[in-house]
Amino acid sequence: MQAQDIRTTQLPNGLTLVMERMPDVRSAAFSMLIPAGNIYDPPGQEGCAAVLSDLITRGAGDRNSQQLAFDLDNLGLQRSESASGSHLGLSGATIADRLPDVLRIYADIVLRPQLPADQFDAARAGIAQSLHSIEDEPRQKAMQELRRRSYPSPWGLPSDGNLEGLSQLTADTVRTHYENCFRPSETILGIAGNFDVQAIQKIVEECFGEWPDKPAPTVEVSDWAPNVSHIAHESTQTHIGVAYESVPYRDEGYYNAWAAVNILGGGMSSRLFTEVREKRGLCYSVYASLSALRDQGRVFCYAGSTNERAQETLDVMLAELQRLPEGIKEGELERCKAGAKSSLIMQQESSSSRASAVARDWYHLGRVTTLDEVHQKVDALTVPSILKYVDEHPADNFTVLTLGPESLEVNLGVS
Amino acid sequence: MEFHKATLDNGLQIVAEQSPAAHSVAVGFFVRTGSRDETQEVSGVSHFLEHMVFKGTDRFAADDVNRIFDEIGAKYNASTSEEVTLFYGAVLPEYLPRIFDLLAEILRPSLRTDDFEMEKKVILEEIGRYEDEPTFTAYETLMQTHFAGHPLGQCILGTVDSINALTADQMRGYFNQRYLAGNITLAVAGNFDWDEVLALAEKHCINWPAGDPGRTVTEAQPPGGVEVITNPSSHHQHIMQMTPAPPSAHPDRYAAELLGVIVGDDSGSRMYWDLVDPGYAEIAEMSYNDYDGSGVYLMYCGCAPDQTAENMRRIETIFNEVNVKGVTEEELMQAKNKVSSRIVLRSERPMGRLGALGSNWLYRGEYRSVEDDLDVIDGITTDDIRRLLDEYPLGQTTTTAVGPLESLNGEAS
Repeated sequence: MQAQDIRTTQLPNGLTLVMERMPDVRSAAFSMLIPAGNIYDPPGQEGCAAVLSDLITRGAGDRNSQQLAFDLDNLGLQRSESASGSHLGLSGATIADRLPDVLRIYADIVLRPQLPADQFDAARAGIAQSLHSIEDEPRQKAMQELRRRSYPSPWGLPSDGNLEGLSQLTADTVRTHYENCFRPSETILGIAGNFDVQAIQKIVEECFGEWPDKPAPTVEVSDWAPNVSHIAHESTQTHIGVAYESVPYRDEGYYNAWAAVNILGGGMSSRLFTEVREKRGLCYSVYASLSALRDQGRVFCYAGSTNERAQETLDVMLAELQRLPEGIKEGELERCKAGAKSSLIMQQESSSSRASAVARDWYHLGRVTTLDEVHQKVDALTVPSILKYVDEHPADNFTVLTLGPESLEVNLGVS
Repeated sequence: MEFHKATLDNGLQIVAEQSPAAHSVAVGFFVRTGSRDETQEVSGVSHFLEHMVFKGTDRFAADDVNRIFDEIGAKYNASTSEEVTLFYGAVLPEYLPRIFDLLAEILRPSLRTDDFEMEKKVILEEIGRYEDEPTFTAYETLMQTHFAGHPLGQCILGTVDSINALTADQMRGYFNQRYLAGNITLAVAGNFDWDEVLALAEKHCINWPAGDPGRTVTEAQPPGGVEVITNPSSHHQHIMQMTPAPPSAHPDRYAAELLGVIVGDDSGSRMYWDLVDPGYAEIAEMSYNDYDGSGVYLMYCGCAPDQTAENMRRIETIFNEVNVKGVTEEELMQAKNKVSSRIVLRSERPMGRLGALGSNWLYRGEYRSVEDDLDVIDGITTDDIRRLLDEYPLGQTTTTAVGPLESLNGEAS
């Protein structure tokens, strides 16, 4: 694998800059993680971080909303802003030589946003619209509700909050959220692409070096237990979500957890796909994936099946999840490894993938893993190591969420 | 970047773009067939057949197909549109022979009756899944209404009835008519050796039956109209509109794409500033879609039901102003910057180049490099946009809506 050129610097105020130079691409991308996600939403005013993620680009420095958008568009920047769990994320990608101009504008956005009070209602209305729109997307709605029920609050709460919280929210609360949460320590700026590392580091230091630090706000975490619930919805299909506990990214068992989930529900030769779709034709879509927060992890499984066949679908899913300790074939593991290897190498073709990967790595681990290191960890996986992990972290204590006309029964130990 | 092309004796066309710095190689078989090539009796057969291809051959059972793709770490899938059924995958260069062998093998599927009956259940589940999405219903209805009486109005998935009635024999008949070498383009992008690609194609595809069934292409004459589907359980009102735009071979298609960005991009466009930014709509977008012989501007607005009438007026105002006054130099420059940057970013991956490479050949028999596209975009002027608007003005020819409203001027039910 081609050697990677990764540099990490921490500014005196605590901001971490992680850069990966990619000489074969023409683009550059950044991913900025600011510790201001929706876990910091004031209780009763959920949606605060989401509104801030909209308002933050409605004018910054001496540019008003339209001028800002115009200038970013003229730089050809493909950008996005979002709130999620721990972070408010700002990211973008464009042709490499435009990166310095992009960073200078983002310094205004992060340090000198106008947060215009007269646009608060519009920003809030936009978030309310997206809360309504998810009601018309039962698959996404089911998985959002599964996530909410699978983690202790405020972890797992929908990043857009809820209508009640939004209605209580004020422009002042959003500004306070910005003032309390936006700070350089715990902010991570990942940059990847074809650029001059020293020149970019200098620009980042100029732009963000004077940003004063402040203490971190606290978060109250609630108790949590696995649970089973149903949301009544008039639909052709019943949407089924199943979750259970796994480990976070920084856990030493992570790669075994990843392999186990992949064997269960990763590709089209995975067990869920084979048993639920290929052998029984019960659904179009079925999968399992790993969700990793910094301190906890979950496996999330999904299937959507017409109402009269949904019970059988859930039964087959649960049986497959519980059957994993009985054994894994070498071929299943080899397919996992092959998939991981090609994903790793193909990541090097995209500056956006690398920018978000280096920022995410730093958040979870406090360092960046090289692709070589990941490759070695994947290569070291064995059938016994995965089975040992599965034995220590069995698929049980399920959280189940169904969305459709009728609720289903959770039948355990049935195959 | 180096371009290569060849045609096998049976008529299979091969186009390839080589980029030695790429880490992967992408391969796609573009079959020129889709819902527009179907008769009413076999509605949905193209898409169903796309699924059946993965059920394998005498050499590879269905399990083998999925297993081998995963063994070589392929990123693979297939898709069916009104006009093209595409089978594709990207792998590390060392696996090119294996993915080629597999893709070429399954393009001559066994179409076993047992597999057909099992997959029928999956197709019905797929139809059920989309039925639950109002935006899908709005789009399907819009295509049927806008292209009423024209083959483009035929639906891709088929219906529960047409799929239930379909037989394996009918599918075999359709396959034998459409999956002929002269109707298939093989595209390869990324890191590969051209002689190897040619040798692989000769080895695996030369025995495919020759022939080209062709396709009747006439520009649609949409009758227009409004179709409202009342769905009280839907939260949003989902409104879609179409109006004619240049077809895929039209020289103004780049201008049409830029106009789409100026008027209806998801950020910084006229629709964005007038509808989304003030919070009147969750989504308000317009884009240019091209087909063989026809084209459309497709508008989508998702909003609270009580804001629908006002939003439709806002959109009408935008369209009228653009039709009369055209676009500004500033807007055009901004759209060019956006589109150029998107092309460059998408092209960095072989998988990102595959679609453009295959489509350009399939629709226009031409190769266009990234630089070719950037040059054309750079050269478009506000006069070009003016000429385009005179020939294809923006409008609200056909409208469909799904949501709580009973009529688009009325109240929520």
